[in-house]
Amino acid sequence: MSAEIAGSAGLSEEPQKRQGQAAEGELGETRRRSRLRWKKKDMPGGLWVKCDACSQTIYRKDLEDNNMVCPHCSFHFTVNGTQRVQMVADEGSFEERFGGFEAMDRLEFENNGSYAEKVKKTAEKTGHAEALVSGLAEVCGRPVVLCVLDFKFLGGSMGEVVGEKFALSCELAASLKRPLVVFTSSGGARMHEGVLSLMQMAKTCSALAELSDAGGFSICVMANPTTGGVTASFAMVTDLVLAEPGALIGFAGPRVIATTIKQELPPGFQRSEFLLEKGHVDAIVPRSELRETLAKLIDYSSGS
Amino acid sequence: MAFEKPIQELEEQLREFEELSDRNNLDASAEIAALRARIEESIDAAYADLSPWDRVNVARHPERPVASDYIAGAMDDFFELHGDRTFGDDRAIVTGFAQVEDQRFLLVGHRKGRTMKERLACNFGCAHPEGYRKALRKMQLAARMGLPIVSLINTPGAYPGIGAEERGQAGAIAENILGMFSLEVPILAIVIGEGGSGGALGIGVGDRVLMMEYSYYSVISPEGCAAILWKDGERTPDAASALRLTAPDLMQLGVVDGVIKEPSGGAHRDRQRAIDSMRRVLLEELKLLKEIPKAELLKRRRAKYRHLAAVPGRFPESGAATP
Repeated sequence: MSAEIAGSAGLSEEPQKRQGQAAEGELGETRRRSRLRWKKKDMPGGLWVKCDACSQTIYRKDLEDNNMVCPHCSFHFTVNGTQRVQMVADEGSFEERFGGFEAMDRLEFENNGSYAEKVKKTAEKTGHAEALVSGLAEVCGRPVVLCVLDFKFLGGSMGEVVGEKFALSCELAASLKRPLVVFTSSGGARMHEGVLSLMQMAKTCSALAELSDAGGFSICVMANPTTGGVTASFAMVTDLVLAEPGALIGFAGPRVIATTIKQELPPGFQRSEFLLEKGHVDAIVPRSELRETLAKLIDYSSGS
Repeated sequence: MAFEKPIQELEEQLREFEELSDRNNLDASAEIAALRARIEESIDAAYADLSPWDRVNVARHPERPVASDYIAGAMDDFFELHGDRTFGDDRAIVTGFAQVEDQRFLLVGHRKGRTMKERLACNFGCAHPEGYRKALRKMQLAARMGLPIVSLINTPGAYPGIGAEERGQAGAIAENILGMFSLEVPILAIVIGEGGSGGALGIGVGDRVLMMEYSYYSVISPEGCAAILWKDGERTPDAASALRLTAPDLMQLGVVDGVIKEPSGGAHRDRQRAIDSMRRVLLEELKLLKEIPKAELLKRRRAKYRHLAAVPGRFPESGAATP
């Protein structure tokens, strides 16, 4: 059996057509291998982007104006934390909370350089101190507590700071009586923090249990990709569980599964549509309808 | 296990010696005693300085006691309860009513099996979603009955397969973790072998979490970590060290509450002694846990995991808005 049965197998963000070879090594480090990313990096501020799903060339501004959704095939590009906040929150409504916490290298984890250095570099590159961005926001006028996992920060992996910020956000949501809206895009637990990152699965769930008992309401929207310890903890147990179209969502990454069972995976396996059919998500919501849908669901959550 | 080689050679010598003296009716008690002492010494020497990777291999030793050994050897009664009432009965997880002396409880555990046939039937301790759902269902029943829960953790990880994903492996584990924060009975979790990631935590939320001395508990297997971070399977021992997955490491980090000492040379050398130690600790722990007022139980369990192993003062007590 494959050894990679842990809930933290990494992933790349490849689109559906290359599924089956999709899951790659470490979150973040795999980026090197992603053609899409290289292209973006190769042409900083480039005017054109090639869609990795349909291979059509897209005018960058068109893509950005379309919430990073391919106008030809509706492929949902992975967006970073800042883009997500802009996409979801009413203009100017976002106020960041718990922004100052930085990862600690408590295990003194070394592999091709120290974890501490990796975090520092990633923070400089992304402009965020950690993989979870949290704060107050309004969505179509409805006040919420918003959490966004940024895949660009070490693959959106969950370490102590991510778990803590999620828990703090649950408490903030409970005290302000605001719905909690969380977006995930993550390879799972952050290996560099060892068992401390595993324990964040329990921390986030304990916070959700408290929020729920306090009468709170929570929605998770899973974006491409969401796997491992994030799927196997808070992401799957919020009151409502939504997914973006075509997102890879699962416990183990497809490469781990393919290696374990030594056979090819069926087409569409572990995509949002597959999860919907199997009964694991409440609805699939395209980005074009995201804000309105969230607003509507929040309205329903307050009763008749 | 390379570090066991010299010990095994001495043990082989001892066996031969004993046979020889039996056959020839010789009194070799002095030599045998000396050999025994040498074995003890070499065990102590080898086990005094085990690397984390060595410890992982002890935790996986085929002769190491598994859940069925603890049930047979430590429980005075056991009545197995099968199935999740929805899909099937996952043999990789065992659940049932158990009794030790005057203490009745619900036992939940990963089941690895001992013979190859059993191991295959139990999928080597890698549970499917229906296993986690069975566990949650029985734990919720136990909570209604006022029975404490004892969880024996021993899994390489939850199974990564097509059926497991189809039936919602991630959601099943998540529901268990969340659900265990609402069970109003004491939960004692003991890692008896492998504490493999989310698959372990899926039955591992406890008011007290203990580890057998040579068990391990990790976010990912050392092999998986080496493959992903080093892209080199040869670096597995390095990954095992980096992950800080041994019982002393977890004690130091503040993730677990106690370590149950194993017989010298590991539980596989003297299963019954390991089982007896576990039984003694289980009784003590259950008695202490039962003293916690019911109203306090969930509050304490949630607060424990809310702030588990955190560096004091690093994070605020709560995220609630200050008025």
